[in-house]
Amino acid sequence: MSKKRWFGLALYLVIALVAATSCGGDDNGASGTTTSAEKNMPTSVGAGEGRVDLIAWAGYVEDGSNYPEYDWVTPFEKQTGCKVNFKQANSSDEMVTLMRTGNYDGVSASGDASLRLVAGGDVAPVNVDLVPNYKDIYPALKDQPYNTVDGVHYGIPHGRGANLLMWRTDVVKPNPTSWGVVYDTSTPYKGKITDYGRPIYIADAAVYLKATQPDLKIDDPYELDDDQFNAAVDLLKKQRPQLGEYWTDAAKQITAFTNKDQVLGTTWQYQVNTLQASKPPVPVKAILPKEGSTGWSDTWMISSSAKHPNCMYKWMNSITSPKSQALVAEYFGEAPANPKACSLTTVKTHCEIFHANDEAYFDKVYEWQTPVKDCGDDRGDSCKDYSEWSRAWTEIVG
Amino acid sequence: MTASTRAETPPRRGPGRRLSTFLSARPRLRLALLLAGPAAWLVVAYLGSLAVLFASAFWQVDALTTEVVHTFTLQNFKDILSTDVYRTITLRTVAMAAAVTVTDAVIAFPIAFYMAKVASARTRRLLVVAILMPLWASYLVKVYAWRIILSEEGILNWALEPFGLKGPGLGAGNVAPWLVFSYIWLPYMILPVYAGLERIPDSLMEASSDLGAKSLRTFRQVVLPIAFPAIVAGSIFTFSLTLGDYIIPLQVSSKQFIGNVVYDNVGVANNLPFAAAYATVPVLIMVVYLAVARKLGAFDSL
Repeated sequence: MSKKRWFGLALYLVIALVAATSCGGDDNGASGTTTSAEKNMPTSVGAGEGRVDLIAWAGYVEDGSNYPEYDWVTPFEKQTGCKVNFKQANSSDEMVTLMRTGNYDGVSASGDASLRLVAGGDVAPVNVDLVPNYKDIYPALKDQPYNTVDGVHYGIPHGRGANLLMWRTDVVKPNPTSWGVVYDTSTPYKGKITDYGRPIYIADAAVYLKATQPDLKIDDPYELDDDQFNAAVDLLKKQRPQLGEYWTDAAKQITAFTNKDQVLGTTWQYQVNTLQASKPPVPVKAILPKEGSTGWSDTWMISSSAKHPNCMYKWMNSITSPKSQALVAEYFGEAPANPKACSLTTVKTHCEIFHANDEAYFDKVYEWQTPVKDCGDDRGDSCKDYSEWSRAWTEIVG
Repeated sequence: MTASTRAETPPRRGPGRRLSTFLSARPRLRLALLLAGPAAWLVVAYLGSLAVLFASAFWQVDALTTEVVHTFTLQNFKDILSTDVYRTITLRTVAMAAAVTVTDAVIAFPIAFYMAKVASARTRRLLVVAILMPLWASYLVKVYAWRIILSEEGILNWALEPFGLKGPGLGAGNVAPWLVFSYIWLPYMILPVYAGLERIPDSLMEASSDLGAKSLRTFRQVVLPIAFPAIVAGSIFTFSLTLGDYIIPLQVSSKQFIGNVVYDNVGVANNLPFAAAYATVPVLIMVVYLAVARKLGAFDSL
């Protein structure tokens, strides 16, 4: 009897633990100790260490295995002897989490990740003099709040672009011109509309409200006080019943648009290019709606615990070279950071199409930033920080 | 190794032999040594990680740097209890786990009964293989296959189209995850029920019919009471596995389940303490569930 009870008890515990661990996921243990960002910057780049471990967006690190003509990794490896190990991340949050492991040398961080990485001491200051291509980069991308803190550079600009509105031309008619089409509560495309499934998408609702509800006085969609934030969250909650899936990675959205599971919603130029280039091509179109949009401006940053810092410096220089910039800008569909790339693209008008040097265009694009308490103006500390954005997002998804 | 060391130890009393003489006189020590490995595994890897989980549930995360702050707070639990959305998600997950369990039990029972009592030895073997076969394929492959089946231009809509019907589709509803959960966990229900039914002696059923009971009554009053603990045992698997899963909802639904909130807090928001706090919810639910299952005798039939 007692044996049986023991067995029962043990079994009881094991099953309870299996249930607990199966949803606990694999965490990376305790978060690393914060090292001070005031590490001495290197003054020279030595010989490569033989490899470099990168975290980047889909399409930023291509070695020709997807399309042989899009390969800027192999020439880099041949030239420097640094073997590239690439880990694709699908969101800024994922990038921050991966960088915290300390297992990577560098990351292509968007503005909503870069400040968190700097504040957490996960990335080190960059000596821009050691990256010769830095001097050619558009001045509009330098010394921005998302790559420079208190005059200290934390990375090399990669390129920028806007989040677009995409639709299947064989389903959605007429062609939309405004974000209003995704917030329409009596939409004929119910269940087929998609949003980007991350908290930062609240800013997209704020961009729409900025244009349509001037009384809210929204200026920057990442600096939202109570009223503005609640209005944006309400808009998304009203939109929720009309939504189908959220998309969280580019590949999932590509299959969903191919199978008509999604027909209308926000996207990156990368998915538009891939869908239009697929065989047979998927009939999609994408625009920057009249209200403007959110967007991104990415920065290559080096980890404060990089094991291969020399290779990382070499990579930061290589990815901002005119040749690599031309390839990556065309492949991903974005504006390059290096103007010298514009003469090397296969489509000669690439830089005009993507408004590389058109600041009036990028005035309508609100590049991803980390929301913080400090509104940056006379409202003081009354803005919603990212943890509140995360919490509200859980409630929106429901 | 050398001549001198060999001379020191008598040839028949090597260290191994001395150890076995020592142990043969001490049965308790023998048992302790035998169980030390598995027990250490259980205590350190299983109970240890659970302890860390509980401890970190009382920490918090700095808003900007998202570093864990190691000071005691009950805020995570307050948030879980006071925010409507977490209650909704918990209820939805439990309802889904219950629906999947009932569905699997209803489907599994006839199959298990046929295997245990009707089929020939050969058919039985074939059926066991057929049921185990899906477990050899990767879980992810099966979930993605369901994505393709359920998609707008997928085979389900194609098959239903002539009847003017439409599948549940991906995204909005709870139907798609319910279908996929029920499919994926079905073998975990069939096998314990089959084992439980096989243990019922045929003579009991014969006796029941000799005493004049019709087959329905035999089923209700003889088979079901004996097999019930086995069904409860199977339900432990289907229920607990549904409670913790986040991949199926992520792939075929846009609704959030407990696992998704935990996953998002670990991987997206990087808020481990909140994830830990919310992960204690399914643990508590399972403790209650297992206590009830124990009362119903499920552990005796495992």
